[in-house]
Amino acid sequence: MTAQTATRPMLDGYNYAYLDEQTKRMIRRTMLKAIAIPGYQVPFGSREMPIPYGWGTGGMQLTASLIGDSDVFKCIDQGADDTTNAVSIRAFFAKVAGVTTTEDTEAATIIQSRHRKPEHPLREGQIMVYQVPQPDPLRRFEARETETRAMHAYSEYALPYLGLYEGYARLGRASSAAGHPVLTNERYVMTPSPIPSFDNPKLHNSPELQLFGAGREKRIYAVPPYTSVVSLHLEDKPFETQRWGAGCELCGSTDSYLDEVIIDDKGGRMFVCSDTHYCAIRRAERERAGVAPAEGQIP
Amino acid sequence: MIGDKILLEARGVTVRYGKTVACDGVSLDLRAGEVLGIVGESGSGKTSLLTSLSGRLRPASGEVLFDVRGQGLADVYALSEPDRRRVRREEWGFVHQNPRDGLRLRISAGGNIVEPLLMCGERRYEPMRGTAIQWLERVELDPARIDQRPSQFSGGMQQRVQIARALAHRPRLVFMDEPTGGLDVSVQARLLDMLRGLVRELDLAVMVVTHDLAVARLLADRLMVMKNGRVVETGLTDQVLDDPQDAYTQLLVSAAM
Repeated sequence: MTAQTATRPMLDGYNYAYLDEQTKRMIRRTMLKAIAIPGYQVPFGSREMPIPYGWGTGGMQLTASLIGDSDVFKCIDQGADDTTNAVSIRAFFAKVAGVTTTEDTEAATIIQSRHRKPEHPLREGQIMVYQVPQPDPLRRFEARETETRAMHAYSEYALPYLGLYEGYARLGRASSAAGHPVLTNERYVMTPSPIPSFDNPKLHNSPELQLFGAGREKRIYAVPPYTSVVSLHLEDKPFETQRWGAGCELCGSTDSYLDEVIIDDKGGRMFVCSDTHYCAIRRAERERAGVAPAEGQIP
Repeated sequence: MIGDKILLEARGVTVRYGKTVACDGVSLDLRAGEVLGIVGESGSGKTSLLTSLSGRLRPASGEVLFDVRGQGLADVYALSEPDRRRVRREEWGFVHQNPRDGLRLRISAGGNIVEPLLMCGERRYEPMRGTAIQWLERVELDPARIDQRPSQFSGGMQQRVQIARALAHRPRLVFMDEPTGGLDVSVQARLLDMLRGLVRELDLAVMVVTHDLAVARLLADRLMVMKNGRVVETGLTDQVLDDPQDAYTQLLVSAAM
């Protein structure tokens, strides 16, 4: 929870923030193009990173190209600040860029994330970096890149709706619990992958800059501040987000995204906020206000 | 009913693959509601011609004209790419020999049938669902299997799903490439019977490529016989099959009998 300042110089033999300056420049140019065309996937020369594909190589390259001395870096995985991947990526940037890291959503200038957008609303000047496994919402249906490019170019967007049809036909609801496709700036259909559809509304008209990086697929796309982001839905099936019967069992929040956590080997389980920082703040507030913790609650 | 209006016209269409000439200066026309059969042995250029006529392979020379809705007879390859894609999507249907080429295998039968509706702008679930059920009944499949994937259907049933998909958006012209190829004789006969019924009922214009003269006799009003990329004979189906004029057609007919 407390901000930690790492000592400035970094690893011998490595450039600041790991990537060389020309690569960072190329990635920044790609980001500018992506910002200029909201939701459009811009190809870029993705580099090998010292972690495997799927662990956030795209997001890390964006962060490495953005980060500077004055930045405060937060990294979350599944909403949590303290999972292996989040801790490792934070440690990586503390090491190679000597940057200050934090778990505090409000204090951070760059937030790199996999699976979630923080519950606390972001503000102007902050940058949200998403790690994306599959940037193209049409790829699931159409394997040919030439064809999906033409579809994007001509706004031929029947296929994401076919996905919605399939969901209602097979499950009675939209099947995309995560990565539910959105229409960005009334032009490009993009995948906010891999955040849950619960987080989709938080993308709309949001004051911070949102960047999406797919390392393996070599694509960058962006949602500039205050850009319309609308979740796709069939006309007679409105878009709905996931709901839980009760609130978080630790902090009592009824409007945050909950994870189901198994707590013993006898089938015991509890629902808690997936955003650990948000949950911790709320618990601290409740403690100050003198609200007694619920029975069986982990302190 | 065969109308007077020309729907599709080819003028001297030549298709080349490098030095190989697949189709050599083929001209034809197709009227609304007419079924044109293209027959010939393997390698005679039938499929290349069909691919070219259906806007998927630009001919080396010659023109393909189609009566585009709201525009009249227009050169398919002179249309802008989005327009050509729109014509293919909204005004044409395709039935491939192999249902796996025409269907999305990871999508349910129902999803496959509603996709062309989505492509034409439909965005309501219930009407799409209704149309899919109707079409399954029409192609004599059990509507209860609507949410099964094509892989759970037999070959003949997959072909029926593909036909439903090709017709669901009410195209004006349907291209078929060996629609009954790879099916056994009894399944083939039932499928042809159904196809013939649908073609008459919906008043479709069809261009059907086949090497099977029985298919041609059952479906086609008019027949075009191809050999080595050239048209050797053309005429009414019964006329061509019962009284072939060209030596090659005579050979083909006698070989089939």
